Amino acid sequence: MGEEVKLFRTWSSPFALRIVWALRIKAIEYETVFEDISNKSPSLLQCNPVHGKVPVLLHNGRPIAESLVILEYIDEAWKQAPLLPVDPHERAMARFWAKFGDDKVLGSIWSVFIKQGKEQEEAMVPAMENLKFLEEELKGKKFFGGDTIGFVDLALGWLANLIGLLEEIVGLKVVDGEKLPLLSAWMQEFGDAPIIKDNWPARDRMILKFQALRDATIAAASK
Amino acid sequence: MGEEVKLFRSWSSPFALRIVWALEIKGIEYEAVFEDLSNKSPLLLQYNPVHKKVPILVHNGRPIAESFVILEYIDETWKQVPLLPEDPYERAMARFWAKFCDDKVLTSIWSAFIKQGKEQEEALVAAAENLKFLEKEMKGKKFFGGERIGYVDIVLGWLANLVSIFEEIVGLKIVDEGKFPLLYSWMQDFAEAPIIRDNCPPRDKMIVKFQALLDAAIASSSSSSK
Repeated sequence: MGEEVKLFRTWSSPFALRIVWALRIKAIEYETVFEDISNKSPSLLQCNPVHGKVPVLLHNGRPIAESLVILEYIDEAWKQAPLLPVDPHERAMARFWAKFGDDKVLGSIWSVFIKQGKEQEEAMVPAMENLKFLEEELKGKKFFGGDTIGFVDLALGWLANLIGLLEEIVGLKVVDGEKLPLLSAWMQEFGDAPIIKDNWPARDRMILKFQALRDATIAAASK
Repeated sequence: MGEEVKLFRSWSSPFALRIVWALEIKGIEYEAVFEDLSNKSPLLLQYNPVHKKVPILVHNGRPIAESFVILEYIDETWKQVPLLPEDPYERAMARFWAKFCDDKVLTSIWSAFIKQGKEQEEALVAAAENLKFLEKEMKGKKFFGGERIGYVDIVLGWLANLVSIFEEIVGLKIVDEGKFPLLYSWMQDFAEAPIIRDNCPPRDKMIVKFQALLDAAIASSSSSSK
């Protein structure tokens, strides 16, 4: 009896991409359901009534939402190519950094992206502080997971793609190779890793999308 | 060789209280280090340089911060009286609801407490919607963990204690027994469980603290221009 694995995603969601990577790394067969966020399917709303968002993983008919929850589930349900370390303290460190990525790094980078002028300069301060913590964490390691891609790499993976895009749109260097050499190198390594490289969303489409998001956010803020 | 377990906490932090409850439920011996958050110790800053907050669990000299992360670590390190279920899907559900409790329930109820006027009205609406999801989740269960207190109960535990304090201070009903009967009775059962009852911060001190926080918020919002 085959296992039924379905992933509800959009073409661009960085959160859903985490699950694509995890499923690929573990070589799990799955069906993709692409959602249009402006026109959510009844299936999506039924599977994720609380948030109505992607990603949602459906495994043998049972839905799981929230990307970090899904990653932990995948790691527990399929034991090959583990994403989290074995040692409880190291697992705690991995969970800590993944949470830091979502709670702090993501928001601070987004602030730099959607602001202008002095506000943008001020937003750079916490963003740089956060990135420096990540730089520290990479000392002596190729990936956050060590020699191979792990849980934290997947959680932070959006950096490897989105930073370059956002820098291009706003004309600002956020991850400077001189100031953040390890993070810079990680972005290359991660971005070029076979499973990751083959699954980035189309660059030109992303530029259009994020340019439009920035414009709309700035317009709304100036009202 | 004894294990050295230290918990950095404050007298009132609901996040640190989660760890107190978990350690007590599992019968783990530990030393509590009370921090004055207006005057953080060098040790706290050394153990949690990223967030500089409590709780921090230090186990055999190695620190762990962030209450969810600490709870999972405790559950993986001390196997007695498990907090999370065994089945991966049930574990995923527990993690999902815990995240929902912090991201949505806590923030909306905090807003309902600390804001005024229209913002408070909107926060109350959001809180009610969020509470409805929890009410549904409680069907057929005494605790979120089932027959006994588990991970989600510990994460949501602040509700059983803080909500009545908030309600008293602002004179508003947030968890109405008529609208949320299961949640309401869960709040009673949880608060009365021996370990929880014996480990709650003093109510009068809490009222003073949160009244002061509200007064400060009102003062700063009326003095700033919009």
